[in-house]
Amino acid sequence: MKRIIVNEKWCLGCRLCEYNCAFANSGSIGTTPLDMAKALKDIVINPRIKIEEKDDICFAVSCRHCKEPLCVKSCITGALTRVDGVIRINKEKCVECHTCVLVCPYGAIMPSDEGVMQKCELCVQNTGGEPFCVKGCPNKAIEFKELGGDSV
Amino acid sequence: MSIDFIYPEYEIARNKDRCINCRVCEKQCANEVHKYHADLKMMQADDLKCVNCQRCVSLCPTRALKIVKTDNTYKENAHWKGRTMSEIYLQAGSGGVLLSSMGNPVDYPIYWDKILINASQVTNPSIDPLREPMETRTFLGQRPNKIERDKDGNIVNNMAPQLELSTPIMFSAMSYGSISYNAHESLARAATELGIYYNTGEGGLHEDFYKYGANTIVQVASGRFGVHKDYLNAGAAVEIKMGQGAKPGIGGHLPGAKIVGDVSRTRMIPEGSDAISPAPHHDIYSIEDLHQLVMSLKEATNYTKPVIVKIAAVHNVAAIASGIARSGADIISLDGFRGGTGAAPTRIRDNVGIPIELALASVDKRLRDEGIRNNVSLVVGGSVRSSADVVKAIALGADAVYVATSALLALGCHLCRSCHGGKCNWGIATQRADLVKRLNPEIGYKRLVNLVEAWTHEIKEMMGGMGINSIEALKGNRLMLRGVGLNEKELEILGIYHAGQ
Repeated sequence: MKRIIVNEKWCLGCRLCEYNCAFANSGSIGTTPLDMAKALKDIVINPRIKIEEKDDICFAVSCRHCKEPLCVKSCITGALTRVDGVIRINKEKCVECHTCVLVCPYGAIMPSDEGVMQKCELCVQNTGGEPFCVKGCPNKAIEFKELGGDSV
Repeated sequence: MSIDFIYPEYEIARNKDRCINCRVCEKQCANEVHKYHADLKMMQADDLKCVNCQRCVSLCPTRALKIVKTDNTYKENAHWKGRTMSEIYLQAGSGGVLLSSMGNPVDYPIYWDKILINASQVTNPSIDPLREPMETRTFLGQRPNKIERDKDGNIVNNMAPQLELSTPIMFSAMSYGSISYNAHESLARAATELGIYYNTGEGGLHEDFYKYGANTIVQVASGRFGVHKDYLNAGAAVEIKMGQGAKPGIGGHLPGAKIVGDVSRTRMIPEGSDAISPAPHHDIYSIEDLHQLVMSLKEATNYTKPVIVKIAAVHNVAAIASGIARSGADIISLDGFRGGTGAAPTRIRDNVGIPIELALASVDKRLRDEGIRNNVSLVVGGSVRSSADVVKAIALGADAVYVATSALLALGCHLCRSCHGGKCNWGIATQRADLVKRLNPEIGYKRLVNLVEAWTHEIKEMMGGMGINSIEALKGNRLMLRGVGLNEKELEILGIYHAGQ
């Protein structure tokens, strides 16, 4: 199972991953810089990957797709499920109880602009393939790699 | 107060329809050009601070940025160009020497571009490098003048120590200090993977890079920074740096601000102290003195490593090279006036030295005329920009070339020529930790490998076209070259015919 691996050693804190994430999940069609400008012009983005930053250290945080996911266990409606190693969210089922937000140790689930929860789904719900944050990282600080087995 | 405002040479043009205020430009600019204006909800740029390194342009996700030459101009004057006038204002304000970085950008003739390469037609077949073997392997070092045999008639191996290169390209000297740890790691790993060599420059060898020693040339310069027995023995060859193409006749000065942590340890000087390399080696005032240092270094390395002597291409370069070829050195490295630097006085960089093409041709000819060409190999650097330049250099008589500017470009450098500021946005010419990390060697070394492999493919194609299947057969083969737009004297020095002849 491929996972998003973040290496803080190479993270520049440029936040391109956040914007690429917002673009990937904006529902816009197309992948060009012009499409991105159209999709993200004059909006405050609410990305599923976020840069944590303090002093000289910065790194991107997104869903780890845990093997034993607390969010899935705690979800009262079954909106969160683990499908083929990817933790998916069914927005139709989410009732905005925020329990998953409280239990996620990484802070990787958050309310979307519509209210229901959102999280990184490895871009499988978008174009698939390599997630946008990985594609757009200029310094290989975010990689999409096989970890072997069904590990965390 | 004095009025010393100089309008910036370049302006940042932001396409407001495309800018999404992601602030990537702001975070990536070490010169603090870009700034987000919260009240206006828009990005603004201070052109005055911009060095035109293109980092923001390259990273802007919506391609909203470009940098344009300003159309603000002084009243036009063929003699007093805008740049000349601005420099006077700067010096009138500061009283200081003007500093610059990277190679001479002035519009002097580029002889590479006035030399054309031959190809076979009809009478001698060209070779297809995809189907037939093509040898780019090159050896650097002294060649024996005669075959020696033992009493049974068997050939005695009397070869001096050699450097074996898979392709006739090496990365020239750039010190750890002038460039970053990650830049050095990229060069070292690329040289190892490619089977070529990189050069430590005069900053010593970081302990982490001793493992790449088999592909390292260690340099001994006038400051002797970081030189000790293990250092000399760590490399595959030792280079004595007598001069540098970007600043012939003067020494080096790495400001104390860059002498921090590992750089200070590697150079073996205290943190914060300026690293000043004297203009001359204070123990070398003659070829005999040079001979002493060459032999001392050979003694220190047990006669197992070739010794290179690097000089800047200056007016009497042929005579100087002739002396060096008799000093016991194995390889002469010539550095042309367009060679790069981390910092040099502008006037020196732009006015001192001669073009490498002419220096190479005259040195090769002089050594041949004197029958000492086999004493040394010739490596040239300081303006080699492409595989075509490499082929031309070899046909003019070089054994291999040194490239550094091209290598830095592969690592991201955009030739903004602001290395001396120490705030390289590409993580190359800086020691600031947050900037150094911008160059991930994992990406960097692959790009260097790609570049050299691409050039090697092209070299094979060009050699094949000439019906030549090895670097050895191309070496000094000036009949493969023709000049275009050159006068009699230039052709005579280059030792080539004019196109059409």
